[in-house]
Amino acid sequence: MSIKEVSIGDIGARSAEADQEFHGDKMMINIGPSHPATHGVLRMKVELDGETVTKCDPVVGYLHRGSEKIAENMTYNQFIPYTDRLDYIGPVHNNVTFALAVEKLAGLEMPERCQAIRLLCCEIARLQSHLVGVGVYGMDCGALTVFMYTFTIRDKLYNLMEQLTGARFTTSYTRIGGLARDIPEGWLGNVLKVMNDLEPVIEETDKLLTRNKIFWDRTVGLGVVSKEEAINAGLTGPNLRASGVAVDLRKDKPYLGYENYDFDVPIGSAGDCYDRWLVRMEEMRQSIRIIRQVVEKMPDGPWYAEDAKKIFPPSKDKVLTSMEELIQNFMIVTEGPQMPAGEVYFEAENPKGILGFYIVSKGGGVPYRMKIRSPSFCNLSILPKMVPGHIVPDIPVLLGSLDFVLGECDR
Amino acid sequence: MSTRLPSILEEYPYLSERDSADHPAFNCPQDKILEFLDHLKSSKGFDFLCDLTAIDHFDQNPRFEVVYNLFSTHQHEYIRVVTPCRGEADPICQSAVSLWAAADWHEREAYDLFGIQFEGHPDLRRILMWDGYPFHPLRKEFPLAGKEVEFPSEELTERTGTSVKPAPMAGGPFHASQCGSMVNREPRADDESWNELNEKTETPDAENAIPRELRDRN
Repeated sequence: MSIKEVSIGDIGARSAEADQEFHGDKMMINIGPSHPATHGVLRMKVELDGETVTKCDPVVGYLHRGSEKIAENMTYNQFIPYTDRLDYIGPVHNNVTFALAVEKLAGLEMPERCQAIRLLCCEIARLQSHLVGVGVYGMDCGALTVFMYTFTIRDKLYNLMEQLTGARFTTSYTRIGGLARDIPEGWLGNVLKVMNDLEPVIEETDKLLTRNKIFWDRTVGLGVVSKEEAINAGLTGPNLRASGVAVDLRKDKPYLGYENYDFDVPIGSAGDCYDRWLVRMEEMRQSIRIIRQVVEKMPDGPWYAEDAKKIFPPSKDKVLTSMEELIQNFMIVTEGPQMPAGEVYFEAENPKGILGFYIVSKGGGVPYRMKIRSPSFCNLSILPKMVPGHIVPDIPVLLGSLDFVLGECDR
Repeated sequence: MSTRLPSILEEYPYLSERDSADHPAFNCPQDKILEFLDHLKSSKGFDFLCDLTAIDHFDQNPRFEVVYNLFSTHQHEYIRVVTPCRGEADPICQSAVSLWAAADWHEREAYDLFGIQFEGHPDLRRILMWDGYPFHPLRKEFPLAGKEVEFPSEELTERTGTSVKPAPMAGGPFHASQCGSMVNREPRADDESWNELNEKTETPDAENAIPRELRDRN
């Protein structure tokens, strides 16, 4: 009997002759839809040759709720709570992206303060999402401790959201043409405090895993996605940037005034699981950097579009005292904010990737058709290409490195 | 952005401009769509397929349109291309999988929810609904409350004697029409046979499930 030596780094992509030697009968197994490694209700039909995956067929749709159909049957403002349920790890970013898309349709420009508050929310959402992504990724690689650290600090971020919006997860904070309310007093100070608490956690996580030999062995060279492949398959967000494609809509197509703040966009070189980790770690540091600048520069002024009388409802005291405002409020609530007819496609850089809304309006307060381009859906579509050739214990690592949310994938 | 728009129209005479509130948009005939997308990808630099979807223009002809939203990762520009589908009840469109792998799942979704057949797609199956589901839910004639269908597996239906009930979405603020007068567009309950004054008549199933006195105690 001969013993074949296989170095750890080679396990991911074994040579063809090694494959020949180990060849046997193939076996089909199901992973999921309820499996801790699939982070939700993702089911994967996997064909195995021994320990090596030869074919992978992801089955999605277990969380399909028909959001797009629902959107066609309600006003724009009524749909905002549904956007919370897309990427429910960082829900407030979905609110903002949706509001921006509809406002683009209306041709509305938001006042500076409103934009700054929204931007602050976006970056907090990015931190929330990446803290879970990084923590769960560590857990998938067998490093349970990191998850505890990141979840503890993530809770403080949700406290911030609670102070701001009154809810921890289902924030529904934006309105078409503004926000639900202005930021409460002292909130910006709390944000800074949490940022000060957050920084050491990121450094600690960094020390625990980034240069950890075991973590390296599990992630370096695993699930390599080349630049061309990533673009062709429609990957977005940290997954795309880890493959070395410098596309970040915050820089390329600035919205919310991202061009006024200093931050760097981390880019990977190898496109493997380890690069995806590094990109997310660095993005968190950059988010903290942005948040500090926003808090410092937070402009005064109105936090909703004052001139958009047919879109943003007037304040409550005016509604109860003035006839005209009462009628406006009634019209906006019953008929929805009035939009012109037209088509619009708006994308923003969500924590998981690019979230896009394609809205077809025939006028009035209800969209004729709304398509949600969700990043997780597109990111998952690379699995049939990425997983084959790897061994079964690597599947959780691959899934963890993609950082997806099924609520968004299935809509 | 807009400077490149006339040149594209001159270069490809079969195109026509399309109304759009943001990015340049073009209508392209169905038989030229792959050719045009290929040109956009290889010579105009639109290398990223953001989104592929469909629109159902219920009572118009052609009824279904397929929409491509493309992005250029170098020039950071968007473009939208729309093509009508051949056929009324069974719309057909050419598949773009040969150009972008990303089109694979998007086309499966459009097939699933609109029933558009993509010619040349390697594996056109349902993706969000289960295999064997008989309807295409995003078509305009499909009701919001859903339709009652058998369980995915016939065997299971036989053994359990149950079937999937439509999602409880009828009623409440969900139902609002998109067209007609203002009165018609007002959100209203689908089933208006009961309200706070007249209690809903109870179905025999519900009565058998929990005895009345138990329910009252709760």
